[in-house]
Amino acid sequence: MVTSITSFGRSGLYDWMIQRVTALVLVAYTVFMVCYLAFGDVPTYEQWKGLFEGTAMRIFTLLALLSMAAHAWIGLWSVSTDYIKPTGARFVFQSVCGLLTFIYVVWGIQILWGI
Amino acid sequence: MFFGAIFMLYALGLSLESEAGFNEAVAMFEGSFFAKLIAWGLISALGYHCLAGIKHLVMDAGYCEELETGRLAAKVTLIAGAVAVLLAGVWVW
Repeated sequence: MVTSITSFGRSGLYDWMIQRVTALVLVAYTVFMVCYLAFGDVPTYEQWKGLFEGTAMRIFTLLALLSMAAHAWIGLWSVSTDYIKPTGARFVFQSVCGLLTFIYVVWGIQILWGI
Repeated sequence: MFFGAIFMLYALGLSLESEAGFNEAVAMFEGSFFAKLIAWGLISALGYHCLAGIKHLVMDAGYCEELETGRLAAKVTLIAGAVAVLLAGVWVW
């Protein structure tokens, strides 16, 4: 029997829903950043800093970061449980992914609230 | 993309750390071939993943599930993905 104790939401249906909700957040954030950077002048340091100093932008960025963490975990978990059959190799891969996700979240919070 | 996010966070952190860091990040995106290559690769992957994801959501909603429309949606996604990769290259260079 296949156990799914390493899945994100402990339930396939819950993971399915989380994957879609986080996808929408990530699309919104990507569209926003691409529009900001592609359809305007290169921002000055003051403008760039000002953008990320705003509470709304910090919350939006943190939301995107947490969405990325959940979305990447669900996606990489699905792929690795399908294609990495040896338990040891899968454990190492998923551990690296989990650790890197944790580092991203801490690092991102440090950047956002360290401005 | 997941491992490439290291570069995105590094660039974000550098650009917000100080004015000197910001200038360094801008100079990197304007001058370094490798920085441009990494940016192009990441933006391309993100663009294609977004488009394929939107197609996935459209199919979740019950559209394009038949063989004919499904094939068409797949082709449209691939072509739009190729266009996105080209546009990303134009943007970066």
